[in-house]
Amino acid sequence: MNLKRIGSWAIFSFAVLYFLLPLVGTIEFSLRARRGVYSFDAYRSVLEDSQFQQTLAYSVILSIATVILGVLIVAPTAFWVRLKMPRLRPVVEFITLLPLVIPPIIIVFGYIRLFNTSSILPLTGSARGTDFLLAAGYATLALPYMYRAIDTGLRAIDVRTLTEAAQSLGAGWVTVLARVILPNIAVAILSGAFLTFAIVIGEYVIAALLNRPAFGPYMVWMGSNRAYEPAALAVIAFSMTWASMGVIQFLARRTRFTKV
Amino acid sequence: MSSLALHRLERSISLWLGVVPFFVFAFVFLILPTLHVVIGAFTRPDGGPTLANLSGLLSGPILSALWASLRISLWTAFLGTVAGLLVAGAVTRGGLPPALRDAVMTFSGVASNFAGVPLAFAFIATLGRLGLVTVLARDWLGINIYATGFNLTSFSGLTMAYLYFQIPLMVLIIAPALDGLRGEWREAAESLGASGAQYWRMVALPVLWPSLLGAFALLFANAFGAVATAMALTGSSLSILPIILFAQIRGDVLQDPHLGYAIAFAMIVLTGGANLIYIWLRVRAERWQK
Repeated sequence: MNLKRIGSWAIFSFAVLYFLLPLVGTIEFSLRARRGVYSFDAYRSVLEDSQFQQTLAYSVILSIATVILGVLIVAPTAFWVRLKMPRLRPVVEFITLLPLVIPPIIIVFGYIRLFNTSSILPLTGSARGTDFLLAAGYATLALPYMYRAIDTGLRAIDVRTLTEAAQSLGAGWVTVLARVILPNIAVAILSGAFLTFAIVIGEYVIAALLNRPAFGPYMVWMGSNRAYEPAALAVIAFSMTWASMGVIQFLARRTRFTKV
Repeated sequence: MSSLALHRLERSISLWLGVVPFFVFAFVFLILPTLHVVIGAFTRPDGGPTLANLSGLLSGPILSALWASLRISLWTAFLGTVAGLLVAGAVTRGGLPPALRDAVMTFSGVASNFAGVPLAFAFIATLGRLGLVTVLARDWLGINIYATGFNLTSFSGLTMAYLYFQIPLMVLIIAPALDGLRGEWREAAESLGASGAQYWRMVALPVLWPSLLGAFALLFANAFGAVATAMALTGSSLSILPIILFAQIRGDVLQDPHLGYAIAFAMIVLTGGANLIYIWLRVRAERWQK
């Protein structure tokens, strides 16, 4: 074993230590709720907390709404740009990258001032309106990932032939999109959806500033009021992120084999 | 209007119709809100144009928050760039088993998205006053890490936590660039008599530097915009710019709404500028990766 490999192993071991310890530490801490023995008490108290159930359900529903909104906005455009207006591609790509450039706190700041009760679009005036605004904010955050996923999916299929075949059978544009294109890029949409879910589920800043009862603000509230429950919440949140990412990896591997 | 012209108009309208929902959405929920903030930074409460809001940024507490934000972002970007380069180098060219590389890349993909509240909780559970590492260091090694000046809710703790998503992001960005270093270049350099150090200094680093600098810029922007991790970790006791902005949006703590716009504008300029540098340098770097 030469010096280079020893160095590599040393760096790698350090990295493993740094990245594993917080995970191990969180799990260990979350089991400490009962004095002297390890127990699942913290998890029990979290899972039985009606606030936990309500905020998590709220965030799950909101992330589903976000995915639907995102697909409705991105899929037709990505399809149309690929099929009819390739000239627009740089513009669309630039816009989809903007949410990575502008911090979310700026975007929500703009929402609060722009859609307040005295504006022409008073979305923050009602709970439903604010929910919609939150979903719109999340769809904006997810725009870069959603667009990438769907555009990659479209690249893998023959959009033009499929569209022409469907049209020659009498299909209109909506039918082409909903019954021919979307089913063919379902895997791409799903991986975009799970990435969106992973981003949205524990998001704090936008939900807190729009004052909605989402999972992120609930976690922060627990963080400043409880000792062991936050660690249990972190384990639960990490598991959800890992599960979403696992699904994405699985989907990516499947497409590698089914792609032409 | 002739029927041909009408037909053409109809065609071009239906051509644009397919992209209208996207552009309307992006305009209303992304561009307009940002513009509103930017314009607000340059207007007086009575609506007239002014530069006074921006000079308000240079007042005591805001200036020190800006300074704290810059420090933490530059510092974690620097450490993240170096550590991420070492890790990426070890798994791509260090002679480690290929399976490790896949594992590291997958983990990096997930961990680069870990920024947020749960990450803060994980570090409290590990390095907090009762955290696993704190307790083990005390019981096994007899070291009180809090006596060394370390404090999880201050600069040092925030650095530790931020690196948890900075290093994986760096690994994700730089691994393809390291793959782009071709074996022939090394052989060519060696056949001309270059030592290992000379190869790195005169061949590899000149090729890599746009990627490294670009990654540094991206990591800087990434840290500068992070709010949730810092808030959950320090309970908003640490004055960094995004936390001040958060408090300002929530309750107008600065008692001047337009100062809030100015803070937001400063954040856009810094993160947007850093991102543009990243994109520009990436285009340059990709010349070598063909």
